Amino acid sequence: MSQVGLATAAPVVRVSQGRRLRRRFLRRPMAVIGLVLVAAFVLLALVGPLVSGDPLAQDFGARLAPPSAHHLLGTDDLGRDVFARIAHGARVSLLAGVASTALAVVVGVPIGLGAGYFRGWLDSAIMRLNDVLLAFPFLIFAVGLAAILGASLRNVVLALAIAQLPSVIRITRGEALVLRDQDFVSGAVADGARPITIMFRYLLPNSLNALIVQATVAIPGAIIGEAALSFLGLGVQPPTPSWGVMLTTAQQFLAQAPQLAIFPGLMIALATLGFNLLGDGLRDVLDPRSH
Amino acid sequence: MGQFVVRRVLSSVVVLVLGSIVVFLGIRALPGDPALALAGESADPAVLAAIRRQYGLDQPWPIQYIHYVAQALQGNFGISTVDQIPVSQILAERIPVTLEIAFLAILVGILIGVPAGVISAVRQGKLADYVATGLGLVGLSVPHFWLGLLGIWIFAVHLRVLPASGFVGLAEDPVENLRRMVMPVLVLGTGLSAVLMRQSRSALLSQLSEDYVRTARAKGLPHRAQVRHALRNSLTTVTTVLGLQLGGLISGAVVTEQIFVIPGFGKLTVDAVLQRNYPVIEGVVLVTVSGYVVINLLVDLTYAWLNPRLRLTGGDS
Repeated sequence: MSQVGLATAAPVVRVSQGRRLRRRFLRRPMAVIGLVLVAAFVLLALVGPLVSGDPLAQDFGARLAPPSAHHLLGTDDLGRDVFARIAHGARVSLLAGVASTALAVVVGVPIGLGAGYFRGWLDSAIMRLNDVLLAFPFLIFAVGLAAILGASLRNVVLALAIAQLPSVIRITRGEALVLRDQDFVSGAVADGARPITIMFRYLLPNSLNALIVQATVAIPGAIIGEAALSFLGLGVQPPTPSWGVMLTTAQQFLAQAPQLAIFPGLMIALATLGFNLLGDGLRDVLDPRSH
Repeated sequence: MGQFVVRRVLSSVVVLVLGSIVVFLGIRALPGDPALALAGESADPAVLAAIRRQYGLDQPWPIQYIHYVAQALQGNFGISTVDQIPVSQILAERIPVTLEIAFLAILVGILIGVPAGVISAVRQGKLADYVATGLGLVGLSVPHFWLGLLGIWIFAVHLRVLPASGFVGLAEDPVENLRRMVMPVLVLGTGLSAVLMRQSRSALLSQLSEDYVRTARAKGLPHRAQVRHALRNSLTTVTTVLGLQLGGLISGAVVTEQIFVIPGFGKLTVDAVLQRNYPVIEGVVLVTVSGYVVINLLVDLTYAWLNPRLRLTGGDS
């Protein structure tokens, strides 16, 4: 009964709420800077490789060259264009950040919703397993996985996704636990709705804010994680351009060509800073409880 | 409190057992037959069978697992395939190096992070707060390995005041040891200080808005004394954050040791993977996970001891 009323009223409420949230977001200069940085990063990853040229092409006449009109950010030890490698590396970073987070959400959300909805032994079992995942420090886990499955971008994404899983499960479960006791859910239960309907139609939409905030925290972590693993030689393999791989090369040429170290690191820092600022802003706007 | 300790210890034991099963199965999931690897490709079946019997590889997996745990509990992690040295001996050499880095990094993290967080919270909305918060965000976003490279470029290549890499044992030459530790420790410690700064700032801010501080203010207690009361209560958060950051610190040490070529635990791990030295990888992962679980247990118990409310409820959050 009351749900019919809610359903018809919902669109009207949502539009004005969306506008209010947007205004609140735009009033925060740091959050807007974060959004701009993230947008620039995504644009570089999507459009950059189309205009930058070949990241593997070698210009033997210009090795370790400083920035010039011909090579915007200079060249590396093999005469490869640093800008082209940065643009292609942005794709790898974006892919690692977004794909691993998406994978963690797709796997973790149903588990978390199930734990929070059914409670009891299922919840206890899931949370114990979660503790086991948490007992593996990220790099140690990723290194072990690289030892078993081999070093590749796919396995980096897998390791990053598994590393994010505990927080996704924990957050979704926490939201589900709280929402489960609210009247609109009790109403749906009384109405005979199936658990799966309740989880995905009632609990999930209301947990979205917390999940969005979590994703903006997780993506920069994953970007740094990919770069660190590739830097160690346990992630993306050369000659594929990744910001981490570029920094490995750069370390050997710090004295001759410091720009090789400066540009990729700056990109990682700016992309991460963008997501962190955006995440802080979104948290203030979407999830004020977390303060 | 007693009940809480028992429950918390039991749950740590469960995590340890499950974690060791994960490590055990992970290594068994490796492609290739270990007996074949030991005997060589051309070994005859009788030799292979003898090797399987000798190492218990013909036993069912649960038996193998129990045998494996029994060996590990006695400190026997097998023999490194690269240099034929017992893994336990290698670990005993490498762990103290990493512990020194970690200890000094935590010290740097606390000495920078907590005061910065306190200043920032006390001067909320003022210039000092903006500077500290901004630096905190930058510190959170800059990857340590890049900071390490910049450090080498500035201090070793340009200014030539610190060595670019290398390690000298603490017992051999304490001064040279510390000189070589400066960069790795700062790189690792500043990252930690950014997290600590943000957490201690928000913990102190939330304590400062509590009723007891308002009462103190109403009584006319000086501002300093109000902050002191609130600070005591926010320190529990800092303990927890340190526990949670430990995983990050271990990961950070892996990368930092690689950059500065420090023969610690992290460098051992990476080298072992690159050389496919499986007994070492297994030992490293098992020891890290155990250490991590035990330290988190200690942190939780300390937390409960510092915060009496938790002793009663059991702290299931």
